Amino acid sequence: MIPPHGGKLVERVLKGAQREEALERVKCLPALEIDEELISDVENIATGVFSPLEGFMGRPDFRNVLREMRLSNDLPWTIPIVLDASGQEARKFKEGEEVALTNAGGRPVAILHLEEKYEYDKEDLAESVFLTRDKAHPGVAKVAGMKDVLLAGPVDLLEVSPTPFDRYKLSPKETRILFKEKGWKTVVGFQTRNTPHIGHEYVQKTALTFTDGIFVNPVIGRKKKGDFKDEVILASYDELIRNYYLKERAVMAILQMEMRYAGPREAIFHAIIRKNFGCTHIIIGRDHAGVGSYYSPYAAQDIFEDFPDLGIAPLFFKSFYYCKRCQSVVNEKICPHPPSEQIQFSGTKIRDMLVKGEIPPAELIRPEVARVIMAFKDPFVE
Amino acid sequence: MEKEFMTVSIPTSLYKKIEEIIKGTEVTSVASYISKVLREKLSQEKEAGEVFSKEDEEKVKERLKALGYID
Repeated sequence: MIPPHGGKLVERVLKGAQREEALERVKCLPALEIDEELISDVENIATGVFSPLEGFMGRPDFRNVLREMRLSNDLPWTIPIVLDASGQEARKFKEGEEVALTNAGGRPVAILHLEEKYEYDKEDLAESVFLTRDKAHPGVAKVAGMKDVLLAGPVDLLEVSPTPFDRYKLSPKETRILFKEKGWKTVVGFQTRNTPHIGHEYVQKTALTFTDGIFVNPVIGRKKKGDFKDEVILASYDELIRNYYLKERAVMAILQMEMRYAGPREAIFHAIIRKNFGCTHIIIGRDHAGVGSYYSPYAAQDIFEDFPDLGIAPLFFKSFYYCKRCQSVVNEKICPHPPSEQIQFSGTKIRDMLVKGEIPPAELIRPEVARVIMAFKDPFVE
Repeated sequence: MEKEFMTVSIPTSLYKKIEEIIKGTEVTSVASYISKVLREKLSQEKEAGEVFSKEDEEKVKERLKALGYID
């Protein structure tokens, strides 16, 4: 089995007597309310998804991630994992003491062992991670709205928060045992935030031809307006896998995390996460984790050149399309015919047809999948 | 923000050889080339696989069965 990033799977979910004791202790701690995205980050730290991180980043890691795309111990890491607080909030907390992290309802979800408080430059953070300061970029806009102080230190999770999708929620420890149980030595991870069309299916199956199994891992969490809702993505993949995949070769589980839309940097981050889940390979397609036209179409593939020590192998794909002459799904590496023969898997086109109640052609999307999407009254994020 | 570096000496002949190798490539300096090669080499020399206890494994398998992931 492939080792987790940094060699050790982090596990900081409190259990048994330790948890009972922490639940008593937390009642007397100063509290900081955190939003759903930060709760997801805490859970991802505590369950090992973000291994080797044990908590929110301190200044040395934060600075090194921005400058070098590596933690201060030189391990590849491209996205800062930080906890922000206002100056007023931060003043309530002392370094060396504990802070209760609570949800919007005031319920404690975790304990932060506060090691450090520090200020940071939002514009530098945005430009380093997103390669732009344009506030129209959703990641930059989010950074602009962050509070002024970062709190750092290890976290202990009191409990994993329930979601409507718990049936699909597996920790890295669970996926690793699952892959072992299935006898998979090589596993390719597929990151998605979309319902599947035929192009996605071809990419996945091409990769699966060379590996023992595929791990379909949709990102569940805050997305931008117009994206498919989480429940639609899961239902459509369930239908695709049930009808068109071998049960012993495909597994789907969710990744609860917000999309950052950081393009190339996020591609590396996604690879690290899938490595922690036990994947040996990850599919990186055109404009992975991109938004608008902020990144060149294959920047998310080129960046892997800088990480020979990543420990998970990227599988790069060009865009697939349907060629009328070839009468099959192809890409520019294998099809000699001109663009006039091509039918692109345009998400917008498929979406427009679905909205109108029309089932798109079977060359674009499986009819079963289209019907599942159309069964939702309102399949898109508003 | 400025990067932090340490100085390591290598023979001039090796330096020149690397300079030749990286000419016309995307690698911008001898230092970048050496960092890349070393990182690749070091990543091959570390990390053992994760081992779970029997008890942990059994508990997880029960959950995986209940969710329908394994029979």
